[in-house]
Amino acid sequence: MSPAEFSRRAFLQTTAAGTAGLALSLAGATRAFAAYLTVGIVYVGARDDFGWNQAHAVAAEALKLVPGVKVVEEENVPETDACAKTMESMINLDGAGLILATSFGYYTPFVVDMAKKYPKVEFRHAAPLWNKDKDPKNAGSYFGYLNQAHYVDGVAAGLCTKSNKIGFVAAKPIASVLSNINSVLLGARKVNPKAIVQVIFTGDWSMPVREAEAASALVDAGCDVITCHVDSPKVVIETAEKRGVKTCGHNASQAPLAPKGFITGAEYKWATIYKGYAADLAASNPLPNFLAGGYESDYVQNTAFGAGATEAAKAAATAAIADMKNKVPIYVGPLKDNKTGKVVIDKTYDNLDPFLDQMNYLLEGVVGSIT
Amino acid sequence: MSTGSPAAGDLSAVAAAVKPPTAPAAGSDFALRLRANSEYVAIPAFALLMAALLFAVFLLAIGKSPIDFVDYVWRGGFGTAFSFQNTLQRSSPLILTALAVAIPARIGLIMIGAEGALVLGGFAAAAIAVPMVGFAPPIVTMPVMVVTAVAVGAVWVGIAGYLRYARGVNETISSLLLTYIGIAIMNFFVEGVMRDASNPNKPSTKPIGDAYMVGKIPGTDVHWGFAVGVLLSIALYFLMTRTTFGFAARVTGGNFRAALAQGLPVGKLIVSCAMIAGGCAGLAGFFEVAAIQGRANASLAAGYGFTGILVSFLARHNPLVVVPIAILFGGLVASGGLIQRRMELPDATVLVLQGLIFVVLLTSETLYGRFAIFNPKKGTDRT
Repeated sequence: MSPAEFSRRAFLQTTAAGTAGLALSLAGATRAFAAYLTVGIVYVGARDDFGWNQAHAVAAEALKLVPGVKVVEEENVPETDACAKTMESMINLDGAGLILATSFGYYTPFVVDMAKKYPKVEFRHAAPLWNKDKDPKNAGSYFGYLNQAHYVDGVAAGLCTKSNKIGFVAAKPIASVLSNINSVLLGARKVNPKAIVQVIFTGDWSMPVREAEAASALVDAGCDVITCHVDSPKVVIETAEKRGVKTCGHNASQAPLAPKGFITGAEYKWATIYKGYAADLAASNPLPNFLAGGYESDYVQNTAFGAGATEAAKAAATAAIADMKNKVPIYVGPLKDNKTGKVVIDKTYDNLDPFLDQMNYLLEGVVGSIT
Repeated sequence: MSTGSPAAGDLSAVAAAVKPPTAPAAGSDFALRLRANSEYVAIPAFALLMAALLFAVFLLAIGKSPIDFVDYVWRGGFGTAFSFQNTLQRSSPLILTALAVAIPARIGLIMIGAEGALVLGGFAAAAIAVPMVGFAPPIVTMPVMVVTAVAVGAVWVGIAGYLRYARGVNETISSLLLTYIGIAIMNFFVEGVMRDASNPNKPSTKPIGDAYMVGKIPGTDVHWGFAVGVLLSIALYFLMTRTTFGFAARVTGGNFRAALAQGLPVGKLIVSCAMIAGGCAGLAGFFEVAAIQGRANASLAAGYGFTGILVSFLARHNPLVVVPIAILFGGLVASGGLIQRRMELPDATVLVLQGLIFVVLLTSETLYGRFAIFNPKKGTDRT
């Protein structure tokens, strides 16, 4: 689909909405009149979950401030045909021209099917799944390399820990989670060669009870900085704060949950991408099909330092952020895994190298097992 | 309680119009039966109305307009062709999982294990289909998937039924616990030996492929699961009300000891009802895999089994009534999205409404038999 087509459609839609008062825009007629674009955002959980969904909701708020953009949001949409119907409803009833599907399991088959069914609507999905050979051209992916921000967490944590043990509560042993754990280790090792990372997998994305138990067990094991990769880090951060240890966040800002021990946290900055889409559509530019990046693209960020961060940690973390922006590699090979001692990363890889997306190991220095 | 009577009048008129004129018009027998039966329409209708009023108060309390709410429910769930098909599609798994609660309820068992049977049935269907994909044609594979899904679901809930009969284990608890075990089994395989290696970030089985998927009902956007659910509701209604099996099951549900004393095969009846229930839920799992997901993964455990409990209770465990109630719920869920988007209400709003409906409806159970209008003359009941 050419951009010209898109803008013509958007123009016609807007005009129709304002003047003819079509059924699809009855309720939003006054606002739709000024809007050139309606963006539909679909969340798998609650928008105020202190985690993955909140990170997107924060960006949605930023997108709402862009003149001419109307945002419609729906939360707690499961990864079943419910999400297909939600997208369809946003298109049919709200006149959405861009759909942002934010949960991993939305993509196949739902986003792909809807993109085929509605070729004039743009679909973007928050995981690197779009395949340029197979998938429709009006679909696409956007993704942030959060491990860069976790690396910064690791640098700060490495200087804040006294026991040299950092605890990590992880959901599932999949590539993106493993990369975050390994990045925390490499960040910590950068400033504190004695640091180790101890990891506990809970087995699923949202297991509040097990997450609390895991955080507590890590504290019992001597970890004095706790971080995590679960959908909503709320429970982990609160448990650690209660146990009197320091914390690094994940996904969104958890700073309010840990007024004493919060150091910093790895956050997505989806607003960069969302505003970019809106600007492209406003200028009738083609929408990029695949966006992926980290600090160098301004897609990730670290939460402002909390009371738990020491001055040394702040200085080192700030320097690490500058490194990330300058594409200084995290994975400096050769690196061994923690199970067999075999070299798994043979050389130094760029931070966005696809080789690293296939990660299925924990590096030496991480205590824990993926099996 | 005078508020109940005008509604009752209207509804009995409707019921009269619907009722086939087979009953002798002259006899007071028909009128009596009509009045007695209209109680089962009037009281739930009254309960729904009360729930709606309570919910309106709730909306007013948080500063939102109940009229907008009704408008969006209509528009999002029923008002357009797209919306209504959306509703029907969402109601399809609910019909099947509600049947999985309704059938055991007729024999006096509160089985809430439909979720587990759905997940395992769906998983089993995918597991058996994956090795067949490629060399067996869909015409062979699909029946095999259906049979597998139904059989696995039937065995799963059947276990709870057997434990109830043979060991006196509380079937509500055991069926619920079996649900967690079922989900864990599915996860075990999907994250282990059956995992599709090409999908590193979401553990799933391999896809079964488009050729092996169940299509849509022609001319609609609704998959065949809906039609199958409706037909099954009718068939099971017939089974439970018009056959000796159904009669024996209801007798057992009414009085277990009496059924035993009569020499009814109570054990077989209980296990059969549990297995029918599990089969329905397993079938729902088949449709989730073969009509929606195309593979088995954790998304199968989407809560349909639990919403089905609500639907079945609202339908008073009547297989025929399950269909309209499931559509009502499908509509509420379908319009829930529009309500979130337009009224900027959290998703929990629709849950509040569902909860209110459930509580008011259960409370209304105590009203049966208390209104003279439905039971005009005591002691002159038909025998």
